[in-house]
Amino acid sequence: MVTYDVKDISPDASFLEMLDVLNEKLILDGDDPIAFDHDCREGICGMCSMVIDGVAHGPEKATTTCQLHMRHFSDGDVIDVEPWRAAAFPVIKDLVVDRTAFDKIIQAGGYITAPTGAAPEAHATPVPKKDADLAFEAATCIGCGACVAACPNGSSMLFTAAKVAHLGLMPQGQPERDTRVIDMLQAQDDAGFGGCTNMGECAQVCPKGIPLHLIGRLNSDYRKALRNKG
Amino acid sequence: MAVTGILLVLFLFVHMIGNLKIFFGAETFDHYAHWLRTIGSPLLPDGWYLWIQRGVLTFAVVGHIVAATILAKRARQARPVKYAHRPKVQASYAARTMRWGGVIILLFVIYHILDLTTLNLNPHGVHGEVYRNVAEDFAPSRWYVTLFYTLSIVAVGFHLRHGLWSAVRTLGQQTAKGEWIARVSALVISVVLVVGYLSVPFAVLAGLVD
Repeated sequence: MVTYDVKDISPDASFLEMLDVLNEKLILDGDDPIAFDHDCREGICGMCSMVIDGVAHGPEKATTTCQLHMRHFSDGDVIDVEPWRAAAFPVIKDLVVDRTAFDKIIQAGGYITAPTGAAPEAHATPVPKKDADLAFEAATCIGCGACVAACPNGSSMLFTAAKVAHLGLMPQGQPERDTRVIDMLQAQDDAGFGGCTNMGECAQVCPKGIPLHLIGRLNSDYRKALRNKG
Repeated sequence: MAVTGILLVLFLFVHMIGNLKIFFGAETFDHYAHWLRTIGSPLLPDGWYLWIQRGVLTFAVVGHIVAATILAKRARQARPVKYAHRPKVQASYAARTMRWGGVIILLFVIYHILDLTTLNLNPHGVHGEVYRNVAEDFAPSRWYVTLFYTLSIVAVGFHLRHGLWSAVRTLGQQTAKGEWIARVSALVISVVLVVGYLSVPFAVLAGLVD
């Protein structure tokens, strides 16, 4: 770990803006800037990915790093910043990790097969309100990988569970419901993620508050899928 | 993990109920121990049922350990580089100590079998005189046995507090309310088992079983 001094940080600066200030100084000094992932900076893209003082996305609940503000720290604090640490997320540089493993899980079944074309009429397929709400809650997952970073087992169960639930709750997701859960779990294992032991760390750090009980839904879907497969 | 664990918890309940028979006196307790050998009779010869049960339990224990080992190994492989700064995880003490707690419980079970089944380590050690075996085992002068027993039973309690609700989740429990019910039930069941098991050695210490 390298220690940097950062001065004159506004309490209203976001954590990433603090890193911007530091990087500008490093560049002016002729040093290498710190590499970190970022894109939208409004908490919806899932790019920013750093473990701040041992907690993925830092100390604020349900907050991405870009939405974390420096007012939550005190002047003079030493803040430890680390990348996601998981075999499935190799570090590219500094705080940037390769999250292709998540794409592999999505490619294995995180989609519905439907003819494309004009958007269908919204009321053509009725969806019970309860299912729609839960599916939407699951669909708020931005795939940042904080769940993996926080999991003592390095498991991506919450991510996979969110995707399986979000599609499995929709009528459009039913034809592939069984193959989806089997294939996505297989892809998760193949990518080198650990196994879930229901510690619940993932849901604690999830910036989108994906509920832990979706993992139970995944387990239930998996059991039914295996039974249907025979 | 879930299925083998639930099998073992069911056994823990039956075992506890058997243990509590010690409060009905030496004759009842010894008679109960003898009856265990005659379950299934006359369909099965004496002692056969007990061996079948031991076989099932051994299978469950081995299965449980194999699954736990695979999970622990995968966890290690999934994070080859550890965090430099890692605060204690928020999960309960029970959840954090599942692996080492499990090892302690295994060592205890081995000791417990040598102590009260094969009687090799028992101070009285007479087959059939179960009541006296237990009473002398937990005699005040052998306080260290009682201490080890107490710590092990508490470890079992912690193990079940996380293990039971985790098993329910693995088997498909999937609502927030159900999660709360599962967690509370796991806690209550763990406390009942710990109290039930610890009542025996402490009754010996208090002179209620003599």
